[in-house]
Amino acid sequence: MSGPFSFFGGFKLTFQHLTRPTVTTSYPQAKRPKQPRQHGRHVLNRYEDGMEKCIGCELCAGVCPVNCIYVRGLDNPPDHPVSPGERYGYVYEINYLRCIHCDLCVEACPTQAITESKMFEFSFTNRADAIYTKAELLVDDQGFPQRLPWEDWREGEAAMTGGWMRATSPAGDASFEGVVQWTGDLGVGVRAPEGGQSENRDDAATGSKQLRNIFPKHLEPEDVPLEMRGLQGAINNARAKMPRRKTRRDRA
Amino acid sequence: MNWLSTVDPIYAHGLTAVVLLIVLIKLLVGFAVLMASVIVMIWFERKAISDMQSRIGPQRWGPFGLLQSLADGIKLMFKEDLVPAEADRFVFKLAPYLVLVPALITFAIVPVGGTLTIAGHPVMLQIANPPMGILLMLVMSGISVYGVMLAGWSSGSKYPLLSSVRASAQMISYEAALGMTIVTVVLVTGSLSTHDIVTSQGQGIWHWNLIRLGLVPFIVFVIAITAELNRPPFDVVEAESELVGGFHTEYSSIRFAIFFLAEYMNTITMSAMIVTLFLGGPAGWVPNVAHLRWVFPILWFLVKTIAFAFAYIWFRASLPRMRYDQLMDLGWKRLIPLSLGWMLIVAGFLVARGWGFLMAALVLVAWTILGRAFEIGQGRETGVDTVLPAVGERPLPGRVLRDMTDREEG
Repeated sequence: MSGPFSFFGGFKLTFQHLTRPTVTTSYPQAKRPKQPRQHGRHVLNRYEDGMEKCIGCELCAGVCPVNCIYVRGLDNPPDHPVSPGERYGYVYEINYLRCIHCDLCVEACPTQAITESKMFEFSFTNRADAIYTKAELLVDDQGFPQRLPWEDWREGEAAMTGGWMRATSPAGDASFEGVVQWTGDLGVGVRAPEGGQSENRDDAATGSKQLRNIFPKHLEPEDVPLEMRGLQGAINNARAKMPRRKTRRDRA
Repeated sequence: MNWLSTVDPIYAHGLTAVVLLIVLIKLLVGFAVLMASVIVMIWFERKAISDMQSRIGPQRWGPFGLLQSLADGIKLMFKEDLVPAEADRFVFKLAPYLVLVPALITFAIVPVGGTLTIAGHPVMLQIANPPMGILLMLVMSGISVYGVMLAGWSSGSKYPLLSSVRASAQMISYEAALGMTIVTVVLVTGSLSTHDIVTSQGQGIWHWNLIRLGLVPFIVFVIAITAELNRPPFDVVEAESELVGGFHTEYSSIRFAIFFLAEYMNTITMSAMIVTLFLGGPAGWVPNVAHLRWVFPILWFLVKTIAFAFAYIWFRASLPRMRYDQLMDLGWKRLIPLSLGWMLIVAGFLVARGWGFLMAALVLVAWTILGRAFEIGQGRETGVDTVLPAVGERPLPGRVLRDMTDREEG
């Protein structure tokens, strides 16, 4: 619209918006997909044979900027060791009234014992509940984080622990990005790397989605990803919504 | 009793008990419908505007959130009723009713449908049809200015006061343009009564004042009435970013609810008034269905009114708020000359075609001169004494005082 009728451009725009889908997510019932590096509540991991990864070195407590972690190590009992190696985490407590979810503890941990899940919706009504002990932080026998009554876990979220750790490269070396240098976890085995700064991210394996793929209708035309524009975009959209057919590799 | 029957044909056989009952029922139904429509209007506005902004809007209470405004009303009633310490208590408590009562009364003169026959009495589907008719609307909007003004003044707070000053100036200046367009309609109809205005437009779409008067009075009326309602883009009275909440900043509980109620009631009434004055009211195509012919005029009236109610919401979603000086410019420099000139042209054409063209030529000349004058006024260089220096360069009051006293001594 231009010329004397340009005044009505605003009216046209608002009227067009009547037909467009809403961007609101009805939050408690539905949630937006979380990003691969979401920082949430911690978990203490275990090896595939059930041994704890924590060796009680207290590096996480040392690096914590808000002093919310309290660890005490103890020598492994020789007849029934808790972790492979000399010592294990005898006491492990995190105070979530203090934790700022900076993930420095995850970075400091030499054995990938502590990682962060994507779960951030936990509202305790008691100050004592805010202090998570080792019994609560440790993954269960199936390798999943424990679900406490005041935590809001959703389908598929329990599998997404440690995304942040698996997205970064050690010492900032870009050549290590996407290379597995972590040990396997109880129940799931060796996890897939998350996409980092580069484009080659495996969204299917990690369950993350780009926001611009979710809201293409609300973007400027030039910001819409190429594969979602025009007729080709409509076809791709329909194909994505169809139930996925099994490929030969899946069946094998 | 004879003069009564000239007002409403229902009184032709005198003021009997049946007639009184019918009038009472009409009154109650009108009141109930208006109250219910306010609830629906608030819901409609919130839903429509959230659709325009890609949001969901109310959804929790009732199907599609329909009961949301009812819930809000109940909540407001149970809130604490505060009167500020600085307030003028009597006026503070009176002001909401000065806004509410005119809003209720104005709807009484809107013809909702045609004429029904109940128990042998012809019943007009309009609560009252006073001979002064449309003037009642102007009177009532004049009174509601008092409500807004007194609410702002009696709050004993600066933002409501600023708002009430704005409100009075805005409503009075737009009332001039409003009155002029109404005069144009009245000239063509030859009657002040809303019933006559509607019946004179009943012969088809070409007889609607919208087309018969040539669009300009309609456009002026819609703009002026939006300003009169203090609705966006003319809501400088309640400009949240400038005046907190405007004149009702200090109000809470049921008194605040009354202001809110009156505001939306006015929106509905004025939509209905536009329909009455310019779109033939309940006029429209009526299919030949036995016993149900009276329903269709009401439906037509509803459809037209809802269209304008939507238009107000559309304005709100699309247009940014005007600055106060822009608002005054639009009112005094554009709308008043336009509506006055158009009224003179219409009056000329009503006398004779020759007079009409003469009047049109004269008005055109006047508009040109006025336009040129505004242009010169806009481009005029402002003198030194009218422009304040920048804030940092402005002398402090003490400094100014010292300069003045020094000068007198020296």
